[in-house]
Amino acid sequence: MIRFASHPGLVAYLTIGDPDLATSHEIALAALDAGADVLELGVPFSDPVADGPVIQRASERAVRNGTRLSDVLALAAELRRERAQAGLIIFSYFNPILHYGLEEFCAAAEQAGVDGVLVTDMIVEEADDYLGAMHRHHLAPIFLAAPTSPDARLERIAAASEGFVYAISRTGITGTRAALESDAEQVVRRLRRFTRLPIAVGFGISNPEHFAAVGEFADAAVIGSALVATIEQAGRADAPSSIARFIRGLRGAAVPAR
Amino acid sequence: MATAIANRVAGRFGPYGGRYVPETLVAALDELEHAYAEAQADPDFHLKLDALLRDFAGRPTPLYFAARLTEWLGGAKIYLKREDLLHTGAHKINNCLGQALLALRMGKKRIIAETGAGQHGVATATVCALFGLDCVVYMGEEDMRRQELNVFRMKLLGAEVRGVSSGSRTLKDAINEAMRDWVTNVRTTHYLLGSVLGAHPYPTMVRDFHRVIGREARQQILEKENRLPTAVVACVGGGSNAIGAFYEFIPDKEVRLIGVEAGGRGPALGEHAARFSGGSPGVLQGTYSWVLQDDAGQIALTHSVSAGLDYPSIGPEHAALHDSGRAEYTSVTDADALDATLRLARTEGIIPALESAHAVAECIRLAPTLSPRDVVLVNVSGRGDKDMGILTRELRLTGGEPKK
Repeated sequence: MIRFASHPGLVAYLTIGDPDLATSHEIALAALDAGADVLELGVPFSDPVADGPVIQRASERAVRNGTRLSDVLALAAELRRERAQAGLIIFSYFNPILHYGLEEFCAAAEQAGVDGVLVTDMIVEEADDYLGAMHRHHLAPIFLAAPTSPDARLERIAAASEGFVYAISRTGITGTRAALESDAEQVVRRLRRFTRLPIAVGFGISNPEHFAAVGEFADAAVIGSALVATIEQAGRADAPSSIARFIRGLRGAAVPAR
Repeated sequence: MATAIANRVAGRFGPYGGRYVPETLVAALDELEHAYAEAQADPDFHLKLDALLRDFAGRPTPLYFAARLTEWLGGAKIYLKREDLLHTGAHKINNCLGQALLALRMGKKRIIAETGAGQHGVATATVCALFGLDCVVYMGEEDMRRQELNVFRMKLLGAEVRGVSSGSRTLKDAINEAMRDWVTNVRTTHYLLGSVLGAHPYPTMVRDFHRVIGREARQQILEKENRLPTAVVACVGGGSNAIGAFYEFIPDKEVRLIGVEAGGRGPALGEHAARFSGGSPGVLQGTYSWVLQDDAGQIALTHSVSAGLDYPSIGPEHAALHDSGRAEYTSVTDADALDATLRLARTEGIIPALESAHAVAECIRLAPTLSPRDVVLVNVSGRGDKDMGILTRELRLTGGEPKK
């Protein structure tokens, strides 16, 4: 279920299959138990054009060890059995989904108990078939809104999205930055005029200061590269506990008991 | 199995094409589409572009009757469209001049590009020098190694060449990196994409800038032979020279259009870049087309001796021409392309680029099966100077008689 229990909400992105499927499973549980409201289960892709070096490397490792979209769906089903209330989103480039079959993918995602889907390279103009399949299978389509999107596009993006809208904090690829860009607040403010859905801000959020700053103007923050880098540095055995520590650190003392 | 995608928005060729990009880029693609539409309607734009194509690039290029090659093959008459004679050494300059004028109209002073063989990179560096624009070219490290001469040319022209070490370190990876640069610097930067690939409007716009190849060739063959060719043959990486050569002939149903893909070392996935024999429809780098991919939808590695054909997808308009049957697509191995290079060099005194040599190789296969009343028109898209390192090695030029 996509629901932000505390403020700001926390969306955690993981590249599934990095370092391996079993460890991704443990990391996912650790992230949820440490206070992530929603998990973005990242499907590794050979050509992640929207991603910076950290997620590129993770994708490369996951592709190399053979992680497939069907593995990510199977993991989602297990997570759903283990954590009934968790928000679960499949996060992918379009080609693996297209190759699986759009309708087949949506049916399998619904079956697995997935809440929503975010496709990095799917824009609203191209989304008719995609939205049809999503709706038939009761999945929330989540679209990206960018600082460069004019208001008319933001309106369409807001109208097509369910669950939440993902506002990109800056022009660029995924990855951490020292400072949070001023673009972020503006795009959220513009987007707010078109939707009552929660707005999550992502790209470049890597520490408690950023996290708290996003809470000032948005409903949730997406943490991606910072988590993936933590996993890369921690190694298999320590990755789940490192992720739990990182997420608790973001929340600080503000997180309510769950 | 792959899902069919319906034809509904601008920039579709049958089901192919479209825009599959991060949201951040959409505004820039819209801006480019509008700037291009305005330029198309502006006589001044065409005057400027035509003058540059004539006086700077060297158009029109000759249509040359290859008498000795024709005689040797003993079949159809062979004509060569000499895009290799253009300034910078390949057809790529046609598109670069057009897009540079658009960048100036949009007020964008920084240009980025990808390059495989380096011909598009050199043409981009050239137009940036000509117009005083900042230029960054992304190039796979494998391609920098095998097309080193073009790296030096770009640097001499003032461009910054950024090596790309991801994936197979070739053209696909250079495009990924250029897209990442563009998504970051989109407000100030024009992405001067070098083939009929990527998101709308690129496949249409780049095709239009290369239509001049077929327009000239059609008129020239009518003047010389008073008839249309039996076949037009061109190599296909992304497919820009091929679509440029084919486009004006599409309504001439009796003219066969033959695209030649890279057959590499053989038919196993990863050993070639023949999308229509080893691929299936998919989305890569902004467009829906035929793609070499594995059974999980991961993009496959490719191989070709020619860096310009070494790419896992193909322009979406070619995908539509393939599916409709209007154009035929075949492939030629590395070995046959090398043989064709040698053959053209020694019968006509023309050293083709290894990319173009694939088209020559198909012509060598085709012409003897036709009659002397037939005419085959081959687009020699570029010259082989850049390939001297590979040719020296592969043909053992220093070791005595070249290997057959």
